[in-house]
Formats: sequence, structure tokens, C-alpha cells
Amino acid sequence: MELQQSSYSSRDLLVPVVSVILALLAGSVFILIVGENPVAAYRVLFVESFGSVRNIATTLQRATPLMFTGMAVAFAFRCGMFNIGAEGQLYVGAIVAAIVGVSFANLPRLIHLPLAVLAGMAAGGVWALVPGILKAKLGVHEVINTIMMNFVAYYLTDYLVTGPFHGGRWAPETDRVFPTAALARIFPPTRLNSGILLALVAIGVVYVILWKTRTGYEIRAVGLNPTAAEYGGISVSRNMILAMGISGALASLAGVEQVLGVHGRFIQRFSPELGFVGIAVALLGKNHPVGVFFAAILFGALRTGGAAMDRLTDVPRELVVIIQAMIIMLVAADELTRGLLRRRRTV
Amino acid sequence: MEHILEMKNITKRFPGVVANDAITLGIRKGEIHSLVGENGSGKSTLMSILYGLYHADSGEILFKGKKVEIGDSRAAIDLGLGMVFQHFMLVDTLTVAENVILRAEPARYRFVDYRQAQNTVKKLASDYGLRVDPRARISDISVGQQQRVEILKALYRHAQILILDEPTAVLTPQETEELFQVMRNLKQQGTTIVFITHKIKEVLAISDRVSVLRRGKLMGTRNTAETNHRELAEMVVGREVLLRVEKKPSEPRETVASIAGLTVKDRRGTTMVKDVSLEVRSGEVLGIAGVEGNGQQQLVEAITGLIKPEAGKVMLHGQPIQKLSPMNIKKRGVSYIPEDRHKRGLILDYNVADNLILGLHTQHPFVERYLFRNEKQIDEHARRLVADYDIRPTDIRQIVRTFSGGNQQKVVVAREFSRKPQFLICSQPTRGLDIGAIEFIHQEIIRQRDQGTAVLLVSAELDEILSLSDRIAVMYEGRIVTVLPAAESDERRLGYLMLGGDLHRTEGVEIGTSAE
Ligand SMILES: Nc1ncnc2c1ncn2[C@@H]1O[C@H](COP(=O)(O)OP(=O)(O)OP(=O)(O)O)[C@@H](O)[C@H]1O
Ligand SMILES: [Mg+2]
Repeated sequence: MELQQSSYSSRDLLVPVVSVILALLAGSVFILIVGENPVAAYRVLFVESFGSVRNIATTLQRATPLMFTGMAVAFAFRCGMFNIGAEGQLYVGAIVAAIVGVSFANLPRLIHLPLAVLAGMAAGGVWALVPGILKAKLGVHEVINTIMMNFVAYYLTDYLVTGPFHGGRWAPETDRVFPTAALARIFPPTRLNSGILLALVAIGVVYVILWKTRTGYEIRAVGLNPTAAEYGGISVSRNMILAMGISGALASLAGVEQVLGVHGRFIQRFSPELGFVGIAVALLGKNHPVGVFFAAILFGALRTGGAAMDRLTDVPRELVVIIQAMIIMLVAADELTRGLLRRRRTV
Repeated sequence: MEHILEMKNITKRFPGVVANDAITLGIRKGEIHSLVGENGSGKSTLMSILYGLYHADSGEILFKGKKVEIGDSRAAIDLGLGMVFQHFMLVDTLTVAENVILRAEPARYRFVDYRQAQNTVKKLASDYGLRVDPRARISDISVGQQQRVEILKALYRHAQILILDEPTAVLTPQETEELFQVMRNLKQQGTTIVFITHKIKEVLAISDRVSVLRRGKLMGTRNTAETNHRELAEMVVGREVLLRVEKKPSEPRETVASIAGLTVKDRRGTTMVKDVSLEVRSGEVLGIAGVEGNGQQQLVEAITGLIKPEAGKVMLHGQPIQKLSPMNIKKRGVSYIPEDRHKRGLILDYNVADNLILGLHTQHPFVERYLFRNEKQIDEHARRLVADYDIRPTDIRQIVRTFSGGNQQKVVVAREFSRKPQFLICSQPTRGLDIGAIEFIHQEIIRQRDQGTAVLLVSAELDEILSLSDRIAVMYEGRIVTVLPAAESDERRLGYLMLGGDLHRTEGVEIGTSAE
């Protein structure tokens, strides 16, 4: 039992940073097994993800949706809930944004784009309210319900994209959204788009909500000690519902960004599990918006660099998955990692 | 006499405080050694160092004359040390026997041998007179029984030296007496005991020697036979203490709160409060005496809106409040010091400033434009209360979890008293506090009363009830058995009523209220 520090400090950074380093070390063992030189392989990984302005832009683009889903998971967690439904929430947000995007032909950009974004957010928020209300009013565990809602979201969007909103092409996707609803590309030819600005704003807003408003005070109080929150006149159920709604809205922004900024349309089952990777991002980022920002960039970089490594060396891209998994295990086994460190120091 | 354990020049610093300042202390084999001192004087820290949880910055520990390094609790256990913490460390969902053997399980072909575990635990329990059912689940047994489980855990690991950190703070007087009997049995069988408490009566009753800490320093060690209540109290606080509360006779005015026919069920559906009617007037303290668990907690939680009553009314200035939310009840001027500060009173991972606005956090001046925190006002409020209530340490950004138990309680008290309540409910307000702090809180309660607050005081300490109350209601099995003017009550009479005794065979006469 070490002493508890007052606020977030270098101590909080310790475990995440050490976990990443250990995971990379473990990854190098796999690289050796494949018969490659770990230093060279990691060099490729690094150069391809951060080595040029263009590579950095690609990394940021990959990181953008993870910032949203990471914050979604973190936000619910601050209120004591585990939102495993970010994946479903982002699909619902994405389809609604796409529907708005393909629907109104002659709207000015200043109205059409915000409308599509807000409609997507609202849809994801409402989607998450369902498990939120079930948890707050009936005590049904949110893990079960958020997972169930994922499946409902998959099949609902499957139906919409192959049925009523099926686009003109053969593939299971909608039509292109009108340019007035698109998030502008900011660094062509990469697909980095103004969604990243939205993410930065969201990070700021989440920070302010959690630490500068009474609502954040209440949400965190419910997460830390619901019985004391109740004593303090804080409605536990209302705050749980609110936190789930905000969490869902954040998750849906990932889908909105993918539709309006990257693919330009809704494609059936487009997400490479962005919602689930968000759980890892939140974990590594210690459920703090700034931590989530950096964790998302790391995961984005691993994806970008991993693809390149796969192309340029004999190391398969699955290495990245191994590294990600190692990071998650080490961060989750926080105490274990700390223990390893302590032993190391005293020996 | 031979020392089994010696601490030499032990120093331990935390950011901003020297928790232990060059402490040299010897524990003799087979004695009961009390350790007393103000809140935050470093008792728990010193014992945590012995038990290997903290590492001293300097100093050494000798065990049977030999220098030892106690790197972690494993090492402490191997030396024969056992510790029962101020806040228990049991697994709620496991049984008594499972908790006792945890991490030292008897194995048979690599499987845990539960049969043997149960038998061993049963035998240990009966050897030392620790009555508890090995098969009961921790969540189903009383706090007093949980404490016995903690002691059993230590004995199971062959503890020769047992450290008890404020074991009596959570016990009823009867349970305390039973604990003392267990301690005497242990002593007879050769166990050495270090006993931390704030109650000097207990020190004098049970221990052979007593050591006093103040602000991290050892003030001295005495043979209990050669000291007395007054001397020890002065050593603890560093000045003379009032052993009695000074107060004028009360001048009760209009009724502030009235409770009529209140019936409350607990979360399991058992009726805990049965048709209770009470009145509390401005300028008086109504004490509720009773053995814990006779419905006091449910009564108070129903008044404060935390549980909805089954039937009955709670009126504040003639307005019914039993349907209002806890927040709205607070806003009408009801303050409440809950009995369990960890469960209800504090958000342990919030800092002092944030804890001091819990329940006020939606109000002016702590929010502006309906939503945003006014940090300046929050900090100012915190600094003022920390100074007024002598909360230590004084850093308003420090997490409350790291505070000593007594200072945690002061945070709750400061917050609730400073709101200028019209109706103040205090449930075990001085549990775990040192005598100086108790004196302070008692004076504050009387000051609130004299300013016209209606005070409802629930306490398991008869001394506290008797010295503060103007009228005393006795609660037994969910009912108010009787209400007496304080002048007509004494410890014996209350004790009798609390256990279900009947004073006047005339049913349900409320002497107190009807006499006025
Ligand atoms: N983990 C910690 N981090 C920072 N400060 C601490 C920590 N533990 C204790 N302290 C400080 O050390 C001092 C001694 O605390 P300790 O808990 O030993 O007091 P105590 O005598 O047991 O008090 P009480 O009677 O209230 O339980 C206090 O000022 C406390 O705030
Ligand atoms: Mg203590």
C-alpha cells in the first residue's frame, strides 16, 4: 500500500508509459522469432507513423475516431459505468448522419453539416440512454445491455443500408453525402479531415464538464461513491442516465467522422472495431481526456505503422494486435506492473 | 522486564507532516499496552510501520533484542505480528472461515481443505471465547463479529503480538466488554497486545501500560496503575480538558420538526421503525439513546429523505417533507452528520475542498451561471472551514482518504455545522474522535442549540447523550419506549430501558413531553 497522491501526477503516467515500453519489448521477441531485426522493424513502424508530415497526418486520421470512442468509454466510467456499446452507438450515429447527408440537396453548408453532425450525436446519445435508463431505474447491468444494443445496431443498420437507404451502386452502402454535409479534408491526399478539430473541441468540452461544472462534480461523485453522492443530494439515477447519454453522443461522433469525413458514405459494417479499441484507449489514457488524446494517437500510430511494417518487412501486421493486447493487459494489471517496478528497484 | 518489541528513533514523513518524529517505544512480553493520542498524532502510522505497510524514513525495530527489517506484511506475520485495522479488510462475500484462512489455506492434494478450515476456526474461536459462526457470510454479521473475524485471522497465523487499531470505536458497550474479556484471555495465554483507543476509561480498565503520542512525538509512557484520567487527558491534548460539557439550561421555543407515526422498512424489507412520533424544538437537544441497530439509522435516513417511509409524516415548520428529495430537504435547512462517514459522509477520493461543498455544490456562491464551479469561492470556503475547525493537514487539495479518521470526521462536521441549519441531525458525531475534538464538537452542538437550532442527537455513547441532551428518547426494537427529561435520567435507568426494560408499567406514557 503506497501513499495516495492528491491529484493526477507523474505517478499516474508511470504505469501507462512503462506498460507501453514493456509491450514493445515483448513485441521484439516476436519479431526475433519471425527472424527480423526488432530495431529495424520498430524503426519502420516509427518512421511510417511519424516520419513525415504526411505520415503524421495519416496517424492523426486513424486516431480521430479512437479519441471519440475512448472518451465515450472514459466518460461513462467516470460515472461508474462500463460502456461496451460504443460500437453500436457509433453505427447508429453514422447511419443517421449519412441519411441526413444524402437527404437535403440544397441546404447551405452552414446548416447541412451541423445538422448531420448533431443528428448523428443525438441518435447515438439516445441509443445509449436505453441501457442508461435500464441501469438507473431497474438496476440491470449496463454491460449486458450495451452489448445487446450493439447487435441491434448492427442489424438495424444492415437493414437500412441494404433496404431503404441503399445507394445507387451494387455494394451495401448509401449514396455519397452531399458536399454540403462533408467534413473537409485538411491534408490531402491523406483522409485527415476537420473531424480532428471536432475531436479537439470534444476533448476540451469533456474536460470542462468533468472538472469545471457542477454536473461533472456530480457525475464523478456518483462514480466514486454512490451512497455518499445520494447523501449529498445528488440523484444517482439522473446522473447515470445523463452520463450514458453523453457517452453515447461521444461514441457516435466516431461514426459521424467516418461517414462525413473519411468514406463519404455509410458502408455496411465499416468499423474496424473502433468502439472496442476505444475501451483500450480509455484504459491506457486513465479515463482522462488528455490521456485519451495521447493513447488514441499511439493506437493510431500502431495501425499506420503496422500496415507499413507488414508491407516493408517480414513482420506481419498482427504484431500490432499483439502489442495492443500486451498494453491492455499491463495497464489493466496496474498493481502487477507497479509490483514489477518496485521489485526491480529494490533488487 | 523483557521487551519483545522495541522501536528506536522511528521517523516517518508524509508530504507536509512528520507523522512519527523520532519515536522510541518498547513493548513488554505479555502486556496490554495502550497507545493514545489526538487524531493524526501518528498512532496508525507507527503501527503500520511495525506491520510492514509503511517504511520508516529512519530508525530501527528490534524483535526480541535482534534488529529486524519488516519489508512487508508477510515479514511481519512471520515474526508473529497480527493487526486489526481501524477499517476492516474482509471479503464481504466470503464466509468467516474462508476469510480467516485466506492466503494461508490448509491444502489437501492441492485443494483447499474447507472441512479442516472450519474445524480449526471453530476451535480457535472457542479457545479464546470469540463467538462467531465459521459458516456465516461476512456481509450478514455485525461489525462486532467482523472484528472477531479479524482477530481470528491474526490468531490463525500464530500472532504472538496483536495490534488492535481503535477496535472499540465501532462497538456497543456490551461488545466492548466482550472484547475486553477476549483480550484478557489472550493475555493469559501469553499474547502481547497493543491497543489503540481514544477512550481513557478503556485504557484504565484494560491496560498494563500506556503511551501517549502528540503531533508525532512520544509524550511518555506510564504504568496505568500509577496514573489517572486527568493526567492522561492532559498528556493527550497538551492542556487541561473539560471532562463535562458546560451549558446553560435550554430555552426551547417553537417546534421545528415533528415526526408523526413514522414507519420505515430497511432495504431487506424488515420494519425497523415502528410508528414513531417525536417533536424537536428550536433551542433544544433531543437525544436518542439505544443499542445500535434498534432502528435509529433508518429513522434518521427517513427524516433526511434517503429512505422513503412506509407510513407517517415528517414535518418541518409545519410543512410535510417526507416526500421531498434529499437535496430539497437539505435546502430547507436540515443538516445531517451520518454515522458512517466512509459510506455516506465523504467522497474519499475527492479533496477536502470538494468534500466541504458536498450538498452545497449546486448553490450560490459555489456555482455561477447555473453550471460552472466558482473555484475561488470553493477554495475560500474550504480555507475558512479548515481554519475554523482545525482540520489537519491544512492543504485543501489533499485527498480525504489520506486523512486520519478523526480529521475525516471534522470535515463532515465542519460542512454540516457551517450551513447554519435549523434542524441538525447528528448520528454518532464523535465516533473515532480524540478527547480534544470531542470537547470541541460538543461545544459546537451546544452553541448551535443556543443559537436556536433544533438538534436531534443519536449516539451509542450514553455519556454523550447524558451530557448534551435536554430530553432523552429511548429507542428499542424500532419504537420510542419513553421520553425523559435529561434531569430525570441517569446511566443505569437508560441502560435498563435500552435493553427493553419497562420503567412504569403504564403503557406508552411519554413522561418528557407530557410533563411540560
Ligand atoms: N498515506 C498518507 N499520505 C499522506 N499523509 C498521511 C498518510 N497517512 C497518514 N498521513 C498523515 O499522517 C498523520 C498521522 O496519521 P495517522 O493516521 O497515523 O493518525 P492517527 O493517530 O492514527 O489518527 P486517528 O486517531 O484519527 O486515527 C496525519 O497528519 C495524516 O494526515
Ligand atoms: Mg488511526
